[in-house]
Amino acid sequence: MKGRESLIRRLLMVVAFSSLSLLALIALFIFAGGIPIMVEEGPVEFLAGTRWAPTRGHFGILPMIVGSLWVTAGALVLGVPVALACAIYLSELASESVGRVVKPALELLAGIPSVVYGFLGLVLLVPLIRKFLGGPGFSVLAAACVLAVMILPTVTSVSYDALRAVPSAYREGSLALGATRWQTIRMSVLPAARSGILAGVILGLGRAVGETMAVIMVAGNATLVPLSPLDPVRTLTSNIALELGYAAGKHREALFATGVVLFLIIMALNLVAGAVAGRGKVR
Amino acid sequence: MILRSRQRDRLMRGVLTASAVLAVGVLVLIVGYVLWQGLPVLSRAFLLEPPAKMGRAGGIFPTIVGTVLLTAGAVVVAAPLGVATAIYLAEYAHQGRLVSLIRFGTESLAGIPSIIFGVFGFLFFVIYLGMGWSVLSGALTLAGMILPTIIRTAEEAMLAVPRAYREVSYSLGGSRWQTITRVVLPNALPGILTGIMLGVGRSVGETAAVIFTAGASLRVPHSVLDPVRTMSVHFYLLAREGISMRNAYGTAAVLVLSVLAVNFVAYYLMHRHLARLRGAGR
Repeated sequence: MKGRESLIRRLLMVVAFSSLSLLALIALFIFAGGIPIMVEEGPVEFLAGTRWAPTRGHFGILPMIVGSLWVTAGALVLGVPVALACAIYLSELASESVGRVVKPALELLAGIPSVVYGFLGLVLLVPLIRKFLGGPGFSVLAAACVLAVMILPTVTSVSYDALRAVPSAYREGSLALGATRWQTIRMSVLPAARSGILAGVILGLGRAVGETMAVIMVAGNATLVPLSPLDPVRTLTSNIALELGYAAGKHREALFATGVVLFLIIMALNLVAGAVAGRGKVR
Repeated sequence: MILRSRQRDRLMRGVLTASAVLAVGVLVLIVGYVLWQGLPVLSRAFLLEPPAKMGRAGGIFPTIVGTVLLTAGAVVVAAPLGVATAIYLAEYAHQGRLVSLIRFGTESLAGIPSIIFGVFGFLFFVIYLGMGWSVLSGALTLAGMILPTIIRTAEEAMLAVPRAYREVSYSLGGSRWQTITRVVLPNALPGILTGIMLGVGRSVGETAAVIFTAGASLRVPHSVLDPVRTMSVHFYLLAREGISMRNAYGTAAVLVLSVLAVNFVAYYLMHRHLARLRGAGR
């Protein structure tokens, strides 16, 4: 009996390492696929080169790095205030019955496939931008809007949980001192929920950086550094997805190298998110 | 001064409420628009017939088969691994270096973008292991992607089972493993199923990880080593290459309805589960 118990324990422990092993395997294969060409071309030329013409031997991914940065920043600027306001409304102002309908509805909508968001951006948003703001319509702005909507449910949901976790004594104390609802929210609830909200924003940031298909459909995918929000743009993720289907040789390796850059960015974000969450717990 | 802070309070409440209406409105608009455009396309023939002319005409039957096969394969692989990991985390090891390492792996894996999974699946399953573009490559790639969701939800479900249940089992002479299989798992089952359903929802809607591992063949597969096209991939190709807007909307409607149904079941199970345990814990 004793022997069987410890055998089971050891077996479970081995299985428990499956996610960590998979992470290591992913890193191993992507790095093995992408590092050689980075070394061959020179990491500086690869990361800071502005010309991407893989069939002619130019492998600079700076336009895509800048593209991912612009699109993600735009998504956060557009999406986070709305998501945060939505979370505050649900947690602090809405009646119980409204919350009971809206919160699950938001979580259901978080599951809508990303291609669907991209498609609606393509048929509804891109023509609007082309008509009223000019340019080709396929743009940084279109991608940022689509991503902003996509991260809404995630950021709202995590921020809501953080706000709910603030003890009600904080609110009562503030209200008892004569503060208005808004003053209470701004000066005692939000500061107390700060690290949880930050964790939600980082989660949304990660989703925006990593999103691929929705962005491809609305961003225009030109390999130039965008100079205005109305310029077309290509992100790191799109670069891989657009060309992996037909690339060969060095070109294919350069796409794996793009994956290496993306992987490192995401792992850095994961570490920051972990640190933020950890700090929240200590408090 | 007092008046000003009152006015400001009213203003900010208005802004917050408007934002919430905006957020919910946009999301409802998206689902509504897809269903409005897509539902009229749906028919028995659309669901049960193969596509003709690359999807310009005909139905989507092979892509439904592809979606079901990949999703089922992913769950069959990921569910046992995920639940076993959750058992280890919830019932055996609570703290320590090893556990933080496992948690780091799970959390990080959850943040890896699907295109990275796609590239990895392509390099590892398709090329290195020689499985080619196939049901098997696609299902294994998806399994890795949904593993963190299953682990996290199953662990939470087990931790929600009241401690008293376990103590009763121990006091009756049950071993740890007996306690887990006969007391903890049955009580955590609805929560565990929630995680699995969320994984199903993600698998059904996934495109980037599937297109480079399962391929885009429009034939019904005869073995696990045949390539397939899922509904998401089919929809993406129809819409992006402008093959047929009508069929794209139809496919989108089927896709959105199936994902919403799957997620709805997931949340229903979770809420019933939590309500029951809360009642029992008192």
